Amino acid sequence: MASEDVKILGGWPSPYVMRPRIALNIKSVNYEFLQEQFGSKSDLLLKSNPVYKKIPVMIHGEKPICESLIIVQYIDEVWDSGHSILPSDPYDRAVAKFWATYIDDKWFPGLRAISRAEGEDAKKEAAEEVIAGLVLLEDAFIKCSKGKSFFGGEKIGYLDIALGCFLASLTVTEKMGNIKLLDENKTPNLFKWAEKFSSDAAVKDVMPETGKLMDFAKVLIAKSKAS
Amino acid sequence: MAEVKLFGNWGSPFSCRIEIALKLKGVEYEFIEEDVYNDNKSPLLLKYNPVHKKIPVLLHNGKPICESVVILEYIDETWEGPSILPKDPYERAMARFWTKFLEEKCFPPMKQASWSTGEEQEKAKEEATELLKILEGTLSGKKFFGGDSIGMVDIVANFIAHWFIILQEITGLELLTHEKFPKLGQWLDDYLSCSIIKETLPPKDKLTASFQARIQAATTSK
Repeated sequence: MASEDVKILGGWPSPYVMRPRIALNIKSVNYEFLQEQFGSKSDLLLKSNPVYKKIPVMIHGEKPICESLIIVQYIDEVWDSGHSILPSDPYDRAVAKFWATYIDDKWFPGLRAISRAEGEDAKKEAAEEVIAGLVLLEDAFIKCSKGKSFFGGEKIGYLDIALGCFLASLTVTEKMGNIKLLDENKTPNLFKWAEKFSSDAAVKDVMPETGKLMDFAKVLIAKSKAS
Repeated sequence: MAEVKLFGNWGSPFSCRIEIALKLKGVEYEFIEEDVYNDNKSPLLLKYNPVHKKIPVLLHNGKPICESVVILEYIDETWEGPSILPKDPYERAMARFWTKFLEEKCFPPMKQASWSTGEEQEKAKEEATELLKILEGTLSGKKFFGGDSIGMVDIVANFIAHWFIILQEITGLELLTHEKFPKLGQWLDDYLSCSIIKETLPPKDKLTASFQARIQAATTSK
């Protein structure tokens, strides 16, 4: 059995930090959660991730592992407790990795663009792009879930974690922008999935509460306007 | 009908990666040339990669796999032969990390340094130099990024070994030299003398001509 000397360097608001925490919860692996102070980077973070200087970083024994989805795959390969996070079939694995890349490279930047958009027209256009992305992901859900509750099937898997970590940010964006993104009519499966994901045992304690995240977002926006 | 097909382009470093991997595993495949640079994509490509409409796409038993790094991992998991990713989970995480580093951090400024001018170019050159120093560091004590033999990171670094080196020659840029980066220089020599690499990289003169044509087109359209 692998040593369980595990630390996660991160912060409670970060969706990327949620990913390895969910994965460790799935595997029932205890870890020490070392929260970075917002606005500064600890010596441990700079030493463990000199290339990017970003959270999350997982430190297993003495070894640092960086980049959230790389950490999730590492966790899945080291521990066989709980259930498998990546699908067992190579083709299904490739599909999950394809959509996770799409979410990180295209979809989430699109979500962030909504709050940065200036003017109603720009906001509307940004929102439409995010919704179009959700429609693609709805289709992916139908194909991957094969009639079950999650992208991973009966249980939460890699793609659930990759997308689900952004649900709190999605809700905050909807509330602050007074827009609807995750629509029960347009993407009914994703709508149901969001509820199931958020209340899953491996997720609920690490998903930030919407109100708290919204307050944090407001502080960030105020800071960026002041600078 | 071939069970493995690869949609690619002769001049693309991305589809080249896939060819290297398939050859490493000894997999026979049909290469389908897509005229992507003239925006003349086939209906089949658009059908198999509707989200990005890009090459490479690997078709295995009728099922498409897209995104070159995803395809590389799929190939490694599906066929026997030399490993593309290490077996040890920590080493795998490192290989995936450096692959991502190359793609997201290194290649953009290297491309920018090659194609831009003036202040933009100077900035890109500085950035690329810092990143090459990091890469140089990772080669300590290793022949290839993958160790004794070529792995995922080496395959993805095909852009550096061939496309970037050719661009340097054309533009007179001297970012990556044996003097400045002795380990990377040695890696270049070793990499380019691997038989699979030699037989898979697009011909240098053809690539040079195509880059020169692009530069010509860019300067005349100003």
